[in-house]
Amino acid sequence: MKSLGKFILFIGQLFVRRESFSTYVNLFFEECIKVGYKSIFIIVIISVFMGAVTTVQTAYNLIAPYIADPIVALVVRDMTLLELAPTIMAIIYAGKVGSNLSSELGTMRITEQIDALEVMGINSISYLALPKILASITMFPALVIISGFVTIYGGYITSVITNVITGTDYIAGIQMDFNPFQVKFAIIKALVFGFLVAAISSYRGYYVVGGALEVGKASTGAVTNSCIGIIVADFLLAYLLAPLLNI
Amino acid sequence: MIEVTNISKSFDGKQVLEDISIVFAKGKVNMIIGASGTGKSVLLKCIVGLLKPDEGDVCYDNREFTRANKELQTEIRREMGMLFQGGALFDSETVEENVMFPMNVLTKQPLQEKIERVNFCLERVGLENVNRKMPSEISGGMKKRVGIARAIVTNPNYLFCDEPNSGLDPQTSIRIDNLIKDITDEYKMTTVVVSHDMNSVLQSGDHINFIHEGRMLWKGTSDQIGDTDVKELNDFVFAGKLMKVVKDKI
Repeated sequence: MKSLGKFILFIGQLFVRRESFSTYVNLFFEECIKVGYKSIFIIVIISVFMGAVTTVQTAYNLIAPYIADPIVALVVRDMTLLELAPTIMAIIYAGKVGSNLSSELGTMRITEQIDALEVMGINSISYLALPKILASITMFPALVIISGFVTIYGGYITSVITNVITGTDYIAGIQMDFNPFQVKFAIIKALVFGFLVAAISSYRGYYVVGGALEVGKASTGAVTNSCIGIIVADFLLAYLLAPLLNI
Repeated sequence: MIEVTNISKSFDGKQVLEDISIVFAKGKVNMIIGASGTGKSVLLKCIVGLLKPDEGDVCYDNREFTRANKELQTEIRREMGMLFQGGALFDSETVEENVMFPMNVLTKQPLQEKIERVNFCLERVGLENVNRKMPSEISGGMKKRVGIARAIVTNPNYLFCDEPNSGLDPQTSIRIDNLIKDITDEYKMTTVVVSHDMNSVLQSGDHINFIHEGRMLWKGTSDQIGDTDVKELNDFVFAGKLMKVVKDKI
């Protein structure tokens, strides 16, 4: 509970004694490149294979004379939009970006760089963490959208290469009973997960006490806590928003 | 002038500072000395506001700092410059960006003016043609000098130095001490230096404050330090073989 209270105070500090707008604009774009652009490669690679595996597994489980082949693609699409693209990617994002944010801030803490900012009269929490959190909230939804496209396309390529279902059936399947709210649902999840990963990781890194060992521990803690936050938020969002899928 | 009044600080029930009062004079190098673990750095952190003392106050030119609101604290902090033990340079920025950093964030000066000021400060600390180098590409002594350049770039009224010559060879150490003293005289700053290096104390210290086990035991000048009969101070000052030889000769 003490940590939760400290985390809430940390979030509150993001919005007080801010520096000029132009200072944050530069930092924001730098962070967008770090958390977003530099994550595209890993997101694309994992998404392609995630689509491939999902298609093959679903096809083998749904082979039956009374199940139409396009259903395989429908299942792949729904799984991708509702869980794989936002949630699995968030866990990968926590591993890549979360650990990086945490170790960056942790190292700044133990080498007194954060103290240097404070002595200059700069609100170090706002200066360091706010651009990271805003960049994460902006870029992670974009990564999820890319992941969604690539996963579904990866499934298509696999279906064509392995012939588990035909390409025509796959295209028909991903268009079948499409509910546009699934895309909104994925983006809402991405916004929440993007915030959680950046905020939790920044918090863990910012309050590091000690040396290199503690920076490593904070980095691991950032990933672990982010994953727990993602799973809990995923459940809550599913509970709150899933009913809207049927409207 | 900085006035520290009755500062006390403890961590987990362990008293680290006990009722410390000091006045740091303007235009002088004021030194806080003592053995490792006596609370010098904690005192410095209380003075600059990185730690909040349990009791006591710090006043900057009659402006209450410790319990002031955040706005006033920020205003006072923007008049401070600080040299950290390890330099605390930003790893991802060049030397020029590091020195320019306080101006980028705290002022709205045109870029050309800022570059001129950075070059002036780097020249002042004896560093030229290092603008484009990264902190990892320069030596420890150069890092300290870049740290000093960054600390003085906004013309601060107060300069704080935490162990400015730790890890440096004697010659570089003397160079840093002289630089701190010259800058203090030149800009009439109130300078506070935490050190346990006796060469540094004798080289640049105007006013010296000796702390032992969290308590203030002695105050005076570098000329008076050899004549004291405070046992703890004598043990500290004459701990080294060289200083013992000097004492015997005296």
